[in-house]
Amino acid sequence: MLRKIRITAATICFTLITLLFLDFTGTLHHWFGWLAKIQFLPTLLALNVGIVTALFVLTLVFGRIYCSVICPLGIFQDIISWVAGKWKKNRFAYSPAIYWLRYGVLALFIIAFIGGLGSLVALLEPYSAYGRIASNLFAAVYQWGNNVLAYFAERMDSYAFYSVDVWIKSAVTFSIAIATFMVFAILAWRNGRTYCNTICPVGTVLGFISKYSFFRPTIDIEKCNGCGLCSRNCKASCIDSKAHKIDYSRCITCMDCIGTCRRDAIKYVPRQKTQKTEQATEQHIPNLSNETGASRRDFLSVTALFTFSTVLKAQNKKVDGGLAFIKDKKVPNRATPITPAGSQSIRNLAQHCTACQLCISACPNQVLRPSNNLMTLMQPEMSYERGYCRPECTRCSNVCPTGAIRPITKADKSAIQIGHAVWIKKNCVVNTDGVNCGNCARHCPSGAIQMVPIDADILDSPKIPVINTERCIGCGACENLCPARPFSAIYVEGHERHRIV
Amino acid sequence: MKKDSKRDMNRRKFLKILGGGTLASTVALVGCDSKSQISGGNIHIGNVPTDKMTYRTEPKTGDKISLLGYGCMRWPRRSKTNASAEEDEIDQEAVNELVDYAIAHGINYFDTSPVYCKGMSEQATGIALSRYPRDKYFIATKMSNQSCRSREDSLTMYYNSFKELKVDYFDYYLVHSVGTFDVFKERYLDNGILDFMQKEREAGRIRNLGWSFHGQKEFFDYMMNEAGVKWDFVQIQMNYFDWETVLGRTNVSAKYLYDELTKRNIPAIIMEPLLGGRLANPNFKAQAMMRRADPDSSYASWAFRFTGSQPNVLTVLSGMTYMEHLQDNLLSFSPLQPLTDLDNKLLQHVTQTMLEFQNINCTGCQYCMPCPYGLDIPGLFAHYNQCLNEGNFPDNTKDENYREARRAFLIGFDRSVPKLRQANHCVGCKICMSKCPQYIRIPDEMVKIDKFVEQLKVNG
Repeated sequence: MLRKIRITAATICFTLITLLFLDFTGTLHHWFGWLAKIQFLPTLLALNVGIVTALFVLTLVFGRIYCSVICPLGIFQDIISWVAGKWKKNRFAYSPAIYWLRYGVLALFIIAFIGGLGSLVALLEPYSAYGRIASNLFAAVYQWGNNVLAYFAERMDSYAFYSVDVWIKSAVTFSIAIATFMVFAILAWRNGRTYCNTICPVGTVLGFISKYSFFRPTIDIEKCNGCGLCSRNCKASCIDSKAHKIDYSRCITCMDCIGTCRRDAIKYVPRQKTQKTEQATEQHIPNLSNETGASRRDFLSVTALFTFSTVLKAQNKKVDGGLAFIKDKKVPNRATPITPAGSQSIRNLAQHCTACQLCISACPNQVLRPSNNLMTLMQPEMSYERGYCRPECTRCSNVCPTGAIRPITKADKSAIQIGHAVWIKKNCVVNTDGVNCGNCARHCPSGAIQMVPIDADILDSPKIPVINTERCIGCGACENLCPARPFSAIYVEGHERHRIV
Repeated sequence: MKKDSKRDMNRRKFLKILGGGTLASTVALVGCDSKSQISGGNIHIGNVPTDKMTYRTEPKTGDKISLLGYGCMRWPRRSKTNASAEEDEIDQEAVNELVDYAIAHGINYFDTSPVYCKGMSEQATGIALSRYPRDKYFIATKMSNQSCRSREDSLTMYYNSFKELKVDYFDYYLVHSVGTFDVFKERYLDNGILDFMQKEREAGRIRNLGWSFHGQKEFFDYMMNEAGVKWDFVQIQMNYFDWETVLGRTNVSAKYLYDELTKRNIPAIIMEPLLGGRLANPNFKAQAMMRRADPDSSYASWAFRFTGSQPNVLTVLSGMTYMEHLQDNLLSFSPLQPLTDLDNKLLQHVTQTMLEFQNINCTGCQYCMPCPYGLDIPGLFAHYNQCLNEGNFPDNTKDENYREARRAFLIGFDRSVPKLRQANHCVGCKICMSKCPQYIRIPDEMVKIDKFVEQLKVNG
């Protein structure tokens, strides 16, 4: 029964969180956006004391339910492990905790976190790792499916679906997502929750609390005959059936063992009753079994893969286009990257962002994409080759669970300078094609561009743009709509710290 | 070009049954014009008759010309194999089928030009027609030296037309699309091409010499009175909408042009009888009026009957891309059922609604294309007009159906025109403006559409 409740709740949570990354229309965020905001590290970064306390209390009362119901990466591993279980039954075995690794990773994580090494934090953080998988891999499948529907809708004169561009926003992040997916798939297929119990810093923190949890699965020594069935079905490898002991720091309260036990010897009960049994089994036998060796190897291969994929520095490739003689725009060389309005400053974004890709999946204008810079790897940054930051849109700021992009209104947005436009004379069609243009000035939402005659003495000479950087908000309308290709004649330089007009 | 929904349904049905191979009995399903059936007497209802085409006699030569002429500007296309979507070619098999069907049903006038269909029209038309004896069809082509105005280039163009069309004389030859004196002077007077064309007429290689007009009244009068050429015919744009309406930068109505020609006993050849298909799919108010008056006739048939009813019209050109268009149009002319006074009244009301709807006056002729900055100018105008006509025009946020109309407009916009070819990419270079025979201020219209779309996007 408890197991069924857990599975139902987990399925709902997992589906909805995944859909948050897939739904490009933004409707789902309105209802279920909070699911991203209760994720442990994001909510910690957002300094949401209420939710952090609630998660602590939840764990203190029920154990690591968070890991088996709320964390999408955990459930993702459960699904893979469940499929693997169809092939091979009773495939797990108890293995003692590898403390040095768990606490070592946690320490490294905290150091990286404090030291501002965002990319390392992002790599280890479970929710973000799942976000990258969902937004890079699942979203593409979802969007292709949508495009097939849109294809038919178009032929039926229906506007229920519209087609969207599917493109690789950053080859580096995409490779990391694939690597993450593979690593987790292999780990979960072979050993269930290895990652959660040896590497995951959130798991380590919650495990520390769940050691003292009020409710917990408990082995009744009088009933137990030591058959070991429970430990062979424990994906967390935390039941030492020989010693009748459960390592509560690693138990994710999945309730699988309760149903497995043929003698009904395991119960999910409050702590007092179990005091005796616990004392009786409070002995720790450290031994290095084969499993630990395997998991360490796995861990090493994970890191190896990560480092390898970060080295893979591929250029932005456009997926499809079909429009042969309009050249694709190229990313200009920006001295300062542009970060979305609400992020306040490059530093604030770097410190708070866990690179979960939620904002990037939500951006309807194809402006946000993961950074390729090593220090801010996979964190969002803006570029205007495919669209510009439209004045009516504040989606990224509304979906961000970590407070890296703080919520803003449309009115706020129209007054935040995230950058300023720069004109490049040699690219401008006034010079290259000898025509009048002014498309930048026509589309500037803040009226920051004025067209003036190129020759001050001749009033009807071709007009060139002059930018009022005090009024420019850096939205990129000018850059995106500039007819010069592949490099626009006007482009936006980011501001390290956003200013208010 | 989209026709009305009823037609669409019929077309689908038609194609389905066509697959069964029962052509003759199924044409009934194609927007049939009951009037022509009735007047046709004992024609089996629904058949497109092969022997009932209305003909007009050319006064000079006595040629009998079918009142429906085939415009070869809109031949069906298909994408080239192993090429991108941009590179397409004319679907020659489809052209042959259309020509066979047209000739079998009495059409004998074919109008082409060296520049139509990216310059591929003459060749395709030549291939299709050369399978028939030369006296079975009349061919019209043009001196389309809009962009290559030198004598040498023009002569090359002239002689090449013989080769492409596989003929040794032209039945009709036109000074193509002139509207102002300056352009006419440069293209035909300074290089001596007009004299050359007259000599060719004397030599019999051009049987009828004429010109096609898009432009100002003063220039038309000049050509009629002062040019010093005896014109055998003149090609003008005429339809019930243009008849008395003067729009944009033109300053002359079709009625004036037609009356001037009639006065001089010069036959008129009609182009744009459907205004680039817009009269085949007018706004919803007009549709309701026409359907009330005659539920069985297509909207296009009204326009054809209007132009066909004018006695000095030699032939009415229609660029028919699809078999269903051809069949429907044939019904309107086999034989022609002239308009009654009541019908004319109705068309005046229809014209009124069209003025109300403020469509952009584009006929989709593609003369403006390609835009150097990649815009799909006719596509943009077509989408804009279509949404206006269907009443899906979300211009007021307080409208009851604003949200749906907004969604339909924006999604439909992206579907009909790729994002990079939309109005916000217009730089306003005005290169297109001199090419537009309808004298549309294209950059201004682009700004208008752009502003409208921007409003829609912002007011979600």
